[in-house]
Amino acid sequence: MTASTGQPHTRKPEPLEFDKPRVSIATPEYRYDMQGEMPEAERVERAMKSFVKDFGRTAAIYMESCIHCGMCAEACHFYEVTKDPKYTPIWKLEPFKQAYKREYGPFAVIYRALNLKQKVTVERLQEWQQLIYDSCTVCGRCSLMCPMGIDIAALVSQARHGMYAAGLIPHELWSVTERARLEGSPLGATPKVFKDRLEWLSDDHEVEIPLDEPDADVLCAMSSIEIMKYPDSVVATARIMNHLGVSWTFRLDGYEATNFGLLSGNAAAQKLLTMKIVDAAVACGAKTVILPECGHAYTALRWMGANMYGQPLPFRVMHIAEFLAEQVREGKLRLKKVAKSATFHDPCQVVRRGGAIEAPREVLKALGVELHEMYPTKGTNWCCGGGGGVVANHRADELRYKTFKLKMEQIEATGAELPVTTCANCRQTFDDGQAHFKWDRKMHSLLELVADNLIEDES
Amino acid sequence: MDLLEFARGPALQWSVSIFIVGVLWRLLGVFLLRSKKDLSEPRNPAAWKGLRLIALRSWPRREFLEGTAFGEVMGYAFHVGFLVSLFFFAPHVLFFADVARGLSGTDLQGLIGFRWPTLPNGIITLLSAISVAALLAVLVHRLVNPVKRLISNFDDYFSWFVTFAPLVTGMAAFAHLAGWPYERLLAYHLLSVELLLVWFPFGKLMHAFTIFAARGTTGMIFERRGASL
Ligand code: SF4
Ligand code: SF4
Repeated sequence: MTASTGQPHTRKPEPLEFDKPRVSIATPEYRYDMQGEMPEAERVERAMKSFVKDFGRTAAIYMESCIHCGMCAEACHFYEVTKDPKYTPIWKLEPFKQAYKREYGPFAVIYRALNLKQKVTVERLQEWQQLIYDSCTVCGRCSLMCPMGIDIAALVSQARHGMYAAGLIPHELWSVTERARLEGSPLGATPKVFKDRLEWLSDDHEVEIPLDEPDADVLCAMSSIEIMKYPDSVVATARIMNHLGVSWTFRLDGYEATNFGLLSGNAAAQKLLTMKIVDAAVACGAKTVILPECGHAYTALRWMGANMYGQPLPFRVMHIAEFLAEQVREGKLRLKKVAKSATFHDPCQVVRRGGAIEAPREVLKALGVELHEMYPTKGTNWCCGGGGGVVANHRADELRYKTFKLKMEQIEATGAELPVTTCANCRQTFDDGQAHFKWDRKMHSLLELVADNLIEDES
Repeated sequence: MDLLEFARGPALQWSVSIFIVGVLWRLLGVFLLRSKKDLSEPRNPAAWKGLRLIALRSWPRREFLEGTAFGEVMGYAFHVGFLVSLFFFAPHVLFFADVARGLSGTDLQGLIGFRWPTLPNGIITLLSAISVAALLAVLVHRLVNPVKRLISNFDDYFSWFVTFAPLVTGMAAFAHLAGWPYERLLAYHLLSVELLLVWFPFGKLMHAFTIFAARGTTGMIFERRGASL
């Protein structure tokens, strides 16, 4: 077993790779990574403290309810493709369940006095790093299976807080989170880079891209994957907003919706990144913040944003697909018909966990495509395998490719011509999988499909 | 004091007390924890509608059925057999009536306002036998299925035992197992039930209560977001 021991504030983030099918950080394969120098006992102490810090009623109810029926395994793509029992969703939380019973549950005194549950050791946490980060995309499919109704995915997110505090997260996730915290973007889309890109895109594509407007009804944000790898999505956003005649802007003080704080378990960074967008929206008086095609960005602002802010957000938060669907519904967005068949890959955080289940389908309907749904679809669709920071984590590649086969089979079975999704992270997972398997199917962006089919001479 | 007197007397009192205090302690220990208010703007403000998950999750979605059918069917078989024989076996109802009279001074019928129904002994015997068979099947499954074997601990096996024991001792007592005095069998049966009561608050048998809380909580959180239930 090897470990990399880095010091968070002295070690520099690794260089980025832009020429690969996905933007990522080059790191050798480690069994587990460690950040910072601290005694082992302190790591465990920190992990457990942080884990129980936010331990409210909901998490405790979940911890008390598991009957070890093992059914959640059947829902998890990592188990499905490997049949390895260690990928059973609830097993990924074993040390934290152990810690809960011993340190926090109603009978903790008895467990401790009789030593019925062992103290969690640093070795155990190190061993579990792979389960909590490499083999969980926090997709929440298991949460739909559990007969007790336990939201296992939510517990994994909570366990990541503990792992972050202990300095026990995959180094790439730590590194991109640090980059986001220090430079404003996990993948190098710093304010300067973003500004330069906007100028370049505006010239190249002859599209007006408002930046830093002091007043705007709508604030748009992008994900760093789009800015660095899919800049057409930035152009598509601008085209659609201009076409609709919306008063909108990008702002350099809050343009980056990617939130690696959420994925890595660094709650402070999560808040910092969320607050940038909140403050930017407040500064320009935006009534609506439109989030890009990014799943976890939606969770971070739409469902967790107000809780980070400490009060209800003074604006509406919408995923771009929800915004497009609303415009279609109101008759403001008319689209040319795409005479093709399509299938829709449901991004877990937008659809299953986010609740925007029908919006992307309404937009596809407006595009006139013949929709061939996958099986399973919507809430129970299989995850692409790259969510929850997994695609950013090189050592998880081999496992991720195995899960990607599920997606390929599902898509092939629909016979549809166009695979479409509405998450740039899913998209780069597909691009990477496509390259790996030399697959002949290319994932498309719903947003770009809409921008390419606007009826320009309208109104 | 002979064994039966002990089982009917102090053992019963103690086990019921431990059961009640333990269950309350564990439930309060969880429910008294703080719960942060969710400040996000709900998609569906009527989050309570998510409570339907309590019923919905009683059977898996079609997509999940293939891998879980065995567990579901066996689970239902032993739960139904266990609960029906617990509540609808005539001698059990008489016993409850006895306890009710002792506690409240009135008979069971007066207490609940209607006559508690019972089922013919033949049906109870059949259901108990199904329950025993299903429990044996789930035990074997737990031992041979790699997922269940990995995630199981003492609680899983002991909870199985304290559920299995009353069924077997009950059936033995009912059948007046050859050569054993009825009183002794009845005492064993009572003691096995008391063991179940004592263990109940500490292990996973508590899911009889927490299942509603867990499903209901998740249902409300998900419904608020419009997420898939
Ligand atoms: S959230 Fe998804 S990836 Fe994680 S354990 Fe559950 S099903 Fe598996
Ligand atoms: S499905 Fe639910 S109750 Fe069953 S083992 Fe998994 S988490 Fe526990």
